[in-house]
Parts: sequence; structure tokens; C-alpha cells
Amino acid sequence: MTESTGGIEMEEATSGVVKKFLYVNRKAPYGTIYALESLEVVLVAAAFDQDVSLAFLDDGVYQIVKGQHTKGIDVKNFSPTYRALEGYDIEKLYVEKESMEARGLKTEDFLVDVKVVSAAEMTDIMTGQDVVLSF
Amino acid sequence: MKFGIMVNEGPYTHQAADTAYQFAKAALEKGHKIHRVFFYHDGVNNATRLTEPPQDDRNIVQRWTKLAAEHKIDLVVCVAAALRRGIKEENLAEGFRISGLGQLIESGIQADRLVTFGD
Repeated sequence: MTESTGGIEMEEATSGVVKKFLYVNRKAPYGTIYALESLEVVLVAAAFDQDVSLAFLDDGVYQIVKGQHTKGIDVKNFSPTYRALEGYDIEKLYVEKESMEARGLKTEDFLVDVKVVSAAEMTDIMTGQDVVLSF
Repeated sequence: MKFGIMVNEGPYTHQAADTAYQFAKAALEKGHKIHRVFFYHDGVNNATRLTEPPQDDRNIVQRWTKLAAEHKIDLVVCVAAALRRGIKEENLAEGFRISGLGQLIESGIQADRLVTFGD
């Protein structure tokens, strides 16, 4: 963990401080590396005991769709990793309703439990954060 | 105010790499502090010492090196993103260091604002 978090000393420097972090996922899981590298940030961030939420909007909603098959493009299917987030106490996953519906998706199409919120509600969620990282 | 900066795109292809620098420079001129600049995704390409832009163009990499030296700014390149893209200690420009994603989270915790520059 030392290498991936950049050293022990920094954990001491940030101990006790809990901020609200929101990771905003806007892009499709494949085609660009943003979704995969965003997930890598989320997994490292879990070690910092912060108040973490994830938001999926625009094509980002495709990141957590069930039944992804990537053999044809020779890229690793990393979608099962989203299921592991619960084990890191990352349980606040929000999907924007408008993005979901525009793509013909339903709540049962997702491989993790999510809370579907309107764009207006998403605005409130974003406003309430200390740190918003958009990928 | 104490800012953290995240750069998510490579130099020359995307405006984000320029805007991040202009923002940092402007913030410093106004008396703010830059806690750290964290390079992620293709942003790690801002840290290669091998870049050789035409002489009549800006040198994005050297610009960061100079700013960091003048203001003691911590320029951190994500190790995982860097290794994927061939950025290593041996071709790292002066003023940059390679470390982990934890440095980004730490910046988010310690800075008053973490500002992302990307597409």
C-alpha cells in the first residue's frame, strides 16, 4: 500500500480529517481510459477513510451496466470491480435519471445497487461535496 | 487560498494542460498558494524530459519545471498512469516526482480547493 498511496507519512498528515469526495463518471467504460483510471483512484481513496460517493451520468451510466463482454476489443472487462466497492464501504452510488432514461436503461440493468436521482437532485449532491473529481 | 491542481490531459493536444499552467500562474500572482499539481491520465506526458517543441512554440514541460522551482511547487506524476505511458525516472523532467494516487487524495484533503483540468 505504501507505494500506491505515496507513503505512510501522508496518512498521518491527513489523519482525522474527513471530507466529502464525489467521483463523477461521465464517460463510457471503453473507448477511453477515463473510467478505468477513475476506478483506480476510487480504490486507492478507500484507504483514506473519507466520505466517498460516486455519480454516473451521461455515457458514464454504461460503466455499471450488467453483462459487459470485451473479448472482441481485447480490453479487460473491469466492471466486476464495481461490485467490490461495497467491501470498501463505498455504498453511495448515484445514477442520473435523465442520462439513464435517454439510453433506454432501467435500474435493474445495473450490476450494483444505485440510487437514481434527477439532474436537479444531482446538483444538490454535487453542491454538498468538499471535493469533486470528474472523469 | 491553498489550491490543489489536477491535470488530466497531455501537452499540445489539449488546452487543459495550458489552462492548468495559466491558472496556477495567475493564482500565485494573486498571492494564493499551490499545494500540489497532480498529473494523471495522459496528463503524465507533461512530465517527459524528451519533449522538443518547435522553437517558436511554448515549452509546456519546461514551463512547469520553472514555475515549480520559483514557487517550490510539488509536481507529482501518478506512478500507475506514468508506467502505462512510458514515463519513468529516467525520462522525468526536472522538478517532477513520481508517486502514488494517494498524493491526489491527500491534496484533496489538505487543499482548500482541488481544481481539475481535463476534457
